[in-house]
Amino acid sequence: MKKLMFAMAGVASLAAVSTASAGTLEDVRERGHLNCIVNTGLTGFAAPDDAGNWTGFDVEFCRAVAAAVLGDASKVEFITATGKTRFTKLAAAEGEILSRNTTWTFSRDVDLAQTFIGVNYYDGQAFMVPASLGVSSASELDGASVCIQTGTTTELNLAEYFSSNGMSYEPVPIETNAEARESYLAGRCDVYTTDGSGLAATRATFDNPDAHVILPEVISKEPLGPVVREGDDNWADIVSWTLKAMMAGEELGITSANAASLASKLNDNPEINRLLGVDPLQGAEQAGLSSDWALNILSQVGNYQESFERNLTPLGLSRGMNALARDGGLHYIPPIK
Amino acid sequence: MDTLTRIWRHEESRAVVIQILVIAAVFGSFGWLVSNLVTNFAALNKNFGFDFLLQPAGYDINQYLIEYTNRSSHLRAAIVGLLNTFLVAIFGIVLATIMGVILGIIRLSNNWLARNLTYWYIEFTRNVPILLHILLWHGIIINTLPHPKRALAFGDVSFLTNRGFYVPKPIAEAGIEVVYLAIVAAITFAVFFSRRARKVQAETGKQLPVFWTNLGVLLTVPVAVYLLAGSPLSFDIPALKGFNFKGGMHLLPEFVALTFALAIYTAAFIAENVRAGILAIHKGQREAAEALGLRPGKVMRLVILPQARRVIIPPLTSQYLNLTKNSSLAIAIGYMDLVATLGGITLNQTGREIETMMLVMGMYLLISLAISAGMNWYNNAVKLVDR
Repeated sequence: MKKLMFAMAGVASLAAVSTASAGTLEDVRERGHLNCIVNTGLTGFAAPDDAGNWTGFDVEFCRAVAAAVLGDASKVEFITATGKTRFTKLAAAEGEILSRNTTWTFSRDVDLAQTFIGVNYYDGQAFMVPASLGVSSASELDGASVCIQTGTTTELNLAEYFSSNGMSYEPVPIETNAEARESYLAGRCDVYTTDGSGLAATRATFDNPDAHVILPEVISKEPLGPVVREGDDNWADIVSWTLKAMMAGEELGITSANAASLASKLNDNPEINRLLGVDPLQGAEQAGLSSDWALNILSQVGNYQESFERNLTPLGLSRGMNALARDGGLHYIPPIK
Repeated sequence: MDTLTRIWRHEESRAVVIQILVIAAVFGSFGWLVSNLVTNFAALNKNFGFDFLLQPAGYDINQYLIEYTNRSSHLRAAIVGLLNTFLVAIFGIVLATIMGVILGIIRLSNNWLARNLTYWYIEFTRNVPILLHILLWHGIIINTLPHPKRALAFGDVSFLTNRGFYVPKPIAEAGIEVVYLAIVAAITFAVFFSRRARKVQAETGKQLPVFWTNLGVLLTVPVAVYLLAGSPLSFDIPALKGFNFKGGMHLLPEFVALTFALAIYTAAFIAENVRAGILAIHKGQREAAEALGLRPGKVMRLVILPQARRVIIPPLTSQYLNLTKNSSLAIAIGYMDLVATLGGITLNQTGREIETMMLVMGMYLLISLAISAGMNWYNNAVKLVDR
């Protein structure tokens, strides 16, 4: 009897150890592919195309990490999560990265024991209304019915915006984007609210996108970025520098087209040499990365600008805050040294 | 070895050994789950606790039966959700029972058309998943009813739109107490008159016109007193202001769609229970009642249904439980029930999956146990008394 209990306790502690992560990089290499948690379907960020291949801005980031650690951008399995299940799925080790329009907040970072490794898209909550309503500013929305996709920071921003402006509204919170979209189009709500990028993505799927306008007010700060589990600093570093490498690629003028040729010769700019592995980059080896890690990212996926223009520009989203710091945006990359 | 074999061969001691093993396995696996949870929480640096319930919820809810603002606590938001669950469950259960009994009776009708129509209705309804019923009704309501700007008006005081049904809200003014008294008096009279009528019938066989008398008293007395007291009610009439109607009372389309869908779906199951209950009564009962000269309606109401009730109640209880639990699909169309508030927005804002889910499960368990207890009490009250 006692033996049985001991055996059970042993099994329990083993199971516990395997979910508490250390050596995520080794786990991924051993498995041969990366598990990446993405949106269930948001055009431009993560959605399957007609052939069933996942495409989008968040999806390409997953591919970039796979290129960095496995040398092959195609070795990714995508796991979908709703706004509600994403953190649970990450905590339960269903994936190594959560790349799903996730807003970086204090409590998510500290209380939920996960690590935000940077911002890949600066966003903000906005409002979409039918053009026929004749509304040109969010301050005219007093008394409106507002459709909200739940499971986000949206509900709180909305409540704060309306109460601080002394306006009333009727909240209509709906679980999925598809149902919320249906309610908005049927006229159940006057307004649809979520992050500005999500509105643009949703509007792009309407039969008549021009009949809807996104109001100029941005009522919240939504720095969206990839998330990893707390406890494996090396893995967090790798994911974080994958994002920085994509942005550095844009800054240094390295694209998927010229990366291979730049890597085959000694360039004038020493930073390009270090990034592409022409010259050694101190620390890459200790982190478990091969010398061509960034070359794989940039040649197989491309730099930040390429990914943005491929996925988000067609939705009508401009670079704005998401330009590099040198172009007046917010993306500022630490030196590659 | 020898002793072990002997214990195993001996039937009673073998039973004891097996029971000990089963208990150990059950407790062992439970303990394993708990220890796994504790270890994982520790490994993830998470703490377990319910103090988040007292923090401000920060979000708004569009239907609340008790006072609620976005400054209220998560606990209050959970209670608002719980009450919304109750509301839809109670309305759904009443509606489903009425529809189910009527359908169950028609299902056994001698009229070919009525019988077959209900047959097809029941088979279609109960073989389509409840979520589709909910989405269908919600879709019908929001797509077919007009936008508030083109609302269907009823005498300029009530309005039907795809955002709800708006009616005037009565506001009590000085002198309303007399009307309340009149209502109480009318109900008291009705109760006494029914008892007296039963007594008269038992003693003399004469039937007094109970229904019409009571209906007359219940309707005319309060209205007359209301008019005599100088109409001590004012009405807050809904009016279109900006985007929506303001004022009055209103019924959300999400509530209506959910209640309808649950009632229609569950009624099909209840109808089958009722049919089974009626068929369980020996046909001699019906024939005897008819031989006494009772009309078909009375045969059903006075002879068949009271007996069938004993067969119907136990499965009916489980239908009530199903309806209540199915109401948790509300979030699909945006009705703010317990799952949508505590198990939805609160969960997401606080990140306490285990705690919120435990609370949600605990509350559903309590609701279900309460319904079962109530139905068991009723079952005991109407069952055959052995003498």
